Amino acid sequence: MGKTIIEANRLSKIFGSFTAVNEITFMVKEAEIFGFLGANGAGKTTAIKMLTGLLSPTSGEAQVAGFDVYNQTEDIKRNIGYMSQRFSLYEDLTVTENIEFYAGIYGLSRSRIKEKTSELVQKLDLGKVQNALIKSLPLGWRQKLAFSVAIIHDPKIVFLDEPTSGVDPITRRQFWELIYEAAYQGITVFVTTHYMDEAEYCDRISMMVDGKIQALDTPELLKKQFDASTMHEVFVKMARPHEKI
Amino acid sequence: MTNLAIKTENLTKRYGSLEALKGVDLEVPPGFLFGIIGPDGAGKTSLIRTLATLVLPDGGRASVLGHDVVAEYRSIRNKMGYMPGRFSLYQDLSVLENLQLFASIYDTTIEKNYHLIKDIYQQIEPFKHRRAGQLSGGMKQKLALSCALIHEPEILFLDEPTTGVDPVSRNEFWEMLEDLKKKGISILVSTPYMDEAKLCDMVALIQNGTILSVNTPAEIVDSYNTPLYAIKATNKYQLLKDLKSYSYAASVFPFGEYIHYTDQRGLNVVEELKKHLEANNHSGIEVVSIAPTVEDCFMALMDEQV
Repeated sequence: MGKTIIEANRLSKIFGSFTAVNEITFMVKEAEIFGFLGANGAGKTTAIKMLTGLLSPTSGEAQVAGFDVYNQTEDIKRNIGYMSQRFSLYEDLTVTENIEFYAGIYGLSRSRIKEKTSELVQKLDLGKVQNALIKSLPLGWRQKLAFSVAIIHDPKIVFLDEPTSGVDPITRRQFWELIYEAAYQGITVFVTTHYMDEAEYCDRISMMVDGKIQALDTPELLKKQFDASTMHEVFVKMARPHEKI
Repeated sequence: MTNLAIKTENLTKRYGSLEALKGVDLEVPPGFLFGIIGPDGAGKTSLIRTLATLVLPDGGRASVLGHDVVAEYRSIRNKMGYMPGRFSLYQDLSVLENLQLFASIYDTTIEKNYHLIKDIYQQIEPFKHRRAGQLSGGMKQKLALSCALIHEPEILFLDEPTTGVDPVSRNEFWEMLEDLKKKGISILVSTPYMDEAKLCDMVALIQNGTILSVNTPAEIVDSYNTPLYAIKATNKYQLLKDLKSYSYAASVFPFGEYIHYTDQRGLNVVEELKKHLEANNHSGIEVVSIAPTVEDCFMALMDEQV
C-alpha cells in the first residue's frame, strides 16, 4: 500500500441549479478497500459516474488509475472494473457464455479466456450450472459471478455499487471474502453499501452528505470521532444534519 | 380462525418450474406488526401478492381478515392497503392527484381520512402539486404509503418498503409503521434487512419458499443454543482464513468489525481460541462470548435447511 490510485481535487458536478457533487477532495490508495457511503441522494452515483469516465465533471480535477477524467475516459474504462446491483450479467446467456463474452470485450486472448473460464467455474463452484442460463441462478450466485467477471481483465480498480443489496446473509459474506481476496491481490476496491456491518470491512470510509464529503477515515477512527459504537450510529449521527425529505 | 389477521395452510405458488412457495403455514394475530424476513428470491413477494389477492395460489389455502383469498377476494380488497416493492403510482399525476384518485376509487375523500395519513402526508404536502415522477425516493415512499392508507384499511401489506433505502430513512419509516400500528392497523411487512426483525412484534424467517421459523424476535434469538464468540484481530483477512482452516471451527462469519465464530467443542473455548491465534502470530486479539443477533440465527437455520 502507499501509491495513490484515485485522486480527486475539488471535483464538482452541477445539473442546472442543482449541485449534485460539491467540491469533493479525496484520494484512494492502491489495494485499499474504500467504502463510499452516504444517504440516498447524497451524490454517490454522480461521483462514481465521473470517476468511471461516464460523466464529465463541471469543475475540479480527478485522476483514476493515472488517467484524467476529462479527456482520458477510454483509458480509465480499460483499467477499471464495474459492477452494480441491477445490470451486470446477460440473463439469457449461460455462465460460461457470460464469462467468455466479457473476457472477449476486454480483449483477453482465446487461450487466456479458456483458462479464466475454467478457473472461475472451479473457484465459484459453478461446475454443475456452467451451461445454465444466468436467469435460472439464485441472486447470490449471480452476484459472485458478476464480481469475478468485473475483475476478469485484472483491472487496477473495481467499482462496486451496492453489490450485495438483497443477497442472503451467508452469500453476502462469501461475497466479501471475494472482495478481501481481490484487495489482497492488489486490486483497489471502491464500494457503496447500505449495510452498515459491511462498512466495517472497509479499510477507510468516506461519508457523503448533500454532495460533500463530510468525513473520511478508518471505521475505527470514525467511531471514535463520532463517539459511536457502530458504523450504523456514525451514519445516523452524520447523514442527516438537518431534517430533509 | 376468523379473528386472525392472516392464516395460510400449506400455501403453494409456482411459476413454471420455479416453486416460489413450498407449503407455507402462517398465522398472524390482528393488530400485529409482522415481518417477513428473507433475501431476494426467498418468496416474500409471492406470499404478499397471494395474500393481497393479486395472484392465485396453486395449492393450499389462505385467508385475510377471515376472508378466503380466492373466493372472497373482493371483501379483502376493500379492507387492505398494499404498497408494492416498485413505485407504482401515476408518475404523471401530481402528489395530490394521486391521493385523490386513490380516495375516489375507494369512494372516500382525503378530508374524511386525513387523520390517518396526517403525520406522513404533512411531510410531502408542501410538494403536493409536484408530479409524482419528480419526487425523491423518500418522498415517493411517503406518498405510496399515504395512498395505501387513504381508505382506512384494516390491514396493510408492504413489500420491501425499505430496500435500497439508507439507514436513516429506514429508521424513519419504521417509526411511521409503529405509529400506524397504534391506530389498530395490522401490518405485514417484508424486508431483506435482518436487523429490522427487532422492530417487529413477530417475524417469519423465509428462505427458498419455506418458512424457517415464526417467532418473536426475542424467542428467535433465545432458540439459538450454541455458544457464540466475537473475535477480532489486527489483520482481518488473515484472521478469517485462519479461523476457517481451524480444525475445531463449526461456523465462521464476518460481522462488522468482528468475526462471529462457533466451535465444535461446545463449552467455553475463549482461552483456547486466544492461544491458537497467538500461535498464528496474530496481534490485537480480542475474543468474547456474545449473544446472537437475528442474522446469526437466520444463517444457522439456513445451514440446517441445506
